[in-house]
Amino acid sequence: MNIKKAVGFYETFERSGSPSRDTHYCAGCGHGIIHKLICEALVDFGLQDQTIMVNPIGCSVFGYYYWDVGNIGAAHGRAPSVATALARTLPGKTILAYQGDGDLAAIGFNATYQAASRGEHFATFFVNNATYGMTGGQLAPTSLVGQNTATSPGGRNPAFEGYPLHICETLNQLKAPVYIERCSVADSKRIMQTRRAIRKAIEIQRDYKGYAFIEILSPCPTNLRANAVEAARFVTEQMELEFPLGCFRDNTADAAPRVLRSATTNLHDLYATNAITAPPPPATKFVEKRMKFSGWGGQGILSLGIAMAEAGRFAGLHSSWFPSYGPEQRGGSASCTVVVSDKPIGSPDTTEPDVLVCMNRPAFERFASTVRPGGHLVCDALIGDTTDNAPAGIRMTIVPATKLAADFGVPQAANTVMLAVLNHLKASGIPKEQMLAALDASFAKKPKLIPINRRIFDQATTWCEENLPK
Amino acid sequence: MTIFVKGNEAVVVGALFAGCDAFFGYPITPASEITHAASSQFPALGREFLQAECETSAINMVYGAASAGKLAMTATSGPGMSLMQEGLSYMAGAELPGVIVNIQRAGPGLGNVYPEQSDYNQSVKGGGHGNYHSMVLAPGNVQEMCDLTIRAFEIAFRYRNPVIILGDAVLGQMMETLTLPDQESPRPDTIAWAVAGTAATRKNLITSIFLNAPLQEEHNIHLQQKYAAMTDDVMYEEYMVDDATIILTGYGISSRIARSAVDELRQRGMRVGLFRPITLFPFPTQALQRLAKDRTVMAVELSNGQFRDDVAFHLGCPIANIPLINRMGGMLITVEQVIEAVLTANK
Ligand SMILES: Cc1ncc(C[n+]2csc(CCOP(=O)(O)OP(=O)(O)O)c2C)c(N)n1
Repeated sequence: MNIKKAVGFYETFERSGSPSRDTHYCAGCGHGIIHKLICEALVDFGLQDQTIMVNPIGCSVFGYYYWDVGNIGAAHGRAPSVATALARTLPGKTILAYQGDGDLAAIGFNATYQAASRGEHFATFFVNNATYGMTGGQLAPTSLVGQNTATSPGGRNPAFEGYPLHICETLNQLKAPVYIERCSVADSKRIMQTRRAIRKAIEIQRDYKGYAFIEILSPCPTNLRANAVEAARFVTEQMELEFPLGCFRDNTADAAPRVLRSATTNLHDLYATNAITAPPPPATKFVEKRMKFSGWGGQGILSLGIAMAEAGRFAGLHSSWFPSYGPEQRGGSASCTVVVSDKPIGSPDTTEPDVLVCMNRPAFERFASTVRPGGHLVCDALIGDTTDNAPAGIRMTIVPATKLAADFGVPQAANTVMLAVLNHLKASGIPKEQMLAALDASFAKKPKLIPINRRIFDQATTWCEENLPK
Repeated sequence: MTIFVKGNEAVVVGALFAGCDAFFGYPITPASEITHAASSQFPALGREFLQAECETSAINMVYGAASAGKLAMTATSGPGMSLMQEGLSYMAGAELPGVIVNIQRAGPGLGNVYPEQSDYNQSVKGGGHGNYHSMVLAPGNVQEMCDLTIRAFEIAFRYRNPVIILGDAVLGQMMETLTLPDQESPRPDTIAWAVAGTAATRKNLITSIFLNAPLQEEHNIHLQQKYAAMTDDVMYEEYMVDDATIILTGYGISSRIARSAVDELRQRGMRVGLFRPITLFPFPTQALQRLAKDRTVMAVELSNGQFRDDVAFHLGCPIANIPLINRMGGMLITVEQVIEAVLTANK
């Protein structure tokens, strides 16, 4: 036969290890024809320089021996993920993924389905030969019922192996794909239809219209243990019954224009709102303080801790905040540990806090006995009767913080009351000025709340002056 | 300028200042804040963010973007990291740069979301199939979560190799002051190898397959030479080691607990110091060997001795010579536990 010289291929296939122009495909295999059609389209459209082909794992793992474009080899089934990243980081380039039925319909199906659903800007050429060619003719998701394969020796039995997967039909349930068609390379008439479909899928990429999917039924004589003619007849007479040819969808005309990301800020401004110039270290020696805050979620425990930690850093100290998190956080209780120090902080956790704030009874029962001798234990009056449990050798202060917050008009502000109490007791050793700055900072996103919380801080301070022992 | 952020958020700051083009992630506690922050901050700068359908896909997206010469990263924790091992092996095989952050949680299996350091061997010894290594960086504070992410990209592109940031749940979840980097890193030149859809890169090929065994061996030898050269980039920190008779060693959160123990033991007049490897692969072998001479070395870790065994390996001594101070399952070692162990060993 006089075959037209394939264009878009390398002059010689050096990468195959022998500088010939023979492919590694078996006689009668469809891969070579499909390669030729793709490359011819790329040359005709002048896209070779801007095209990247994602090679699969399967018989076509060595597609890059032949097609003269940028080439990337993906792991088995992962071409859609690789192509997704390429399409998104190289907008404007022509990204093509080439996959077999084991690669696409078995190990990598979720990746295909998800990429199609996202409407990624690449085209997939799905070569369905109803078997795993490369690994020796095993059962594929697209093997026909009754088909003998290396791993379905008695023929595919639906009772054990289920039924063939219909990929085009499945993808056709999705909203995003622009073009879905199934064709065949079993004879020249069908090859011409495949040629049209391939060109269309590539044009869709060239014009940035979206996701295109072409399934190509393709003969595998070697694994069908058939000659080229019989293998082609198997495709036309048996595979087509299960996988009817045709265009499932063509939305090319009204494809939505591609949306690209564009910057709304720059790296400097991105963090500017929260950034401060590092304050100088304190003039006098600061004794490291380990503080624990515990109570119910919703009492503002974690924000109280952050405010204390921020106060420390505003005072020029090293400062760390470490929360309880995960399921514990959801189960209702919340706690966090804050360390402020004049030297780099070692453990951000503590088993012997210098200061413990308990906003509920369970926190009191769990942690009160851990306070370091001479340390502060500050509790909301919500903890109830403490006569039995009040630990000895520490300074214990009980404040009706939740009630005061409600009295001051903002029931959610019990944590602000507590911050004022800690300041009044000089429990943390951090100056008031920085405590107030941290309080303000904690409402940076809701500045309207700053004056309200300032007022509550002052009212709580007055309450402490009037009610707590000097 | 400084901000006060979680370690997880600091990773994203570092990534953006490194010039990272794309983030591909899948949520998992205790690493999710990285993906959260990335989801708003990458697009705000016009950069790419995508929540993948699984970690397998996420790492292959990193592979794809890296193939194009882009700076790409992902972040996860134990179960996700296990799914990424195949992709890491492919990246190492295809010599692709990329940054993978593992905020370690407790295992095996689903385990829990609390801190452990039990992915040490998985990270340091390869983890996937084949003769390969990722470079492994172990931050010890929020600042390093940022700074080492920047460093990771620089190293990844210099060696064309994946770099793992091996953090832990404490470092990821805790907040500290972060001094913002001054400026964005210069972009690496990738034109010689990347496949970027341009005339200049059309001839390039990204693959890890060499069907010809002698060529595959040659490739392996080349990789081993590259890993050997990485010792130029070892990093470590020594704390109070000069006069020390006992050296505690640990990385990440364990090193911080050990550091507190060193401070307390020093107050009691004991000469204890800390050796903190910052690169876990390559390990700062020479520095530790120098230090270990005539001193007791004790390992502090949130795992079953994986780190201790490696310390013994690098010192060329029996495992029994290196006492192990550890917890597992999401339990933190306490400073008191370390002190006690040192006092016992010193009897
Ligand atoms: C993770 C993984 N599992 C298994 C394999 C082995 N493998 C290579 S190709 C292949 C099947 C290929 O079949 P298909 O995608 O139908 O392509 P064909 O060879 O028929 O063109 C398999 C199972 C692999 N490379 N990677």
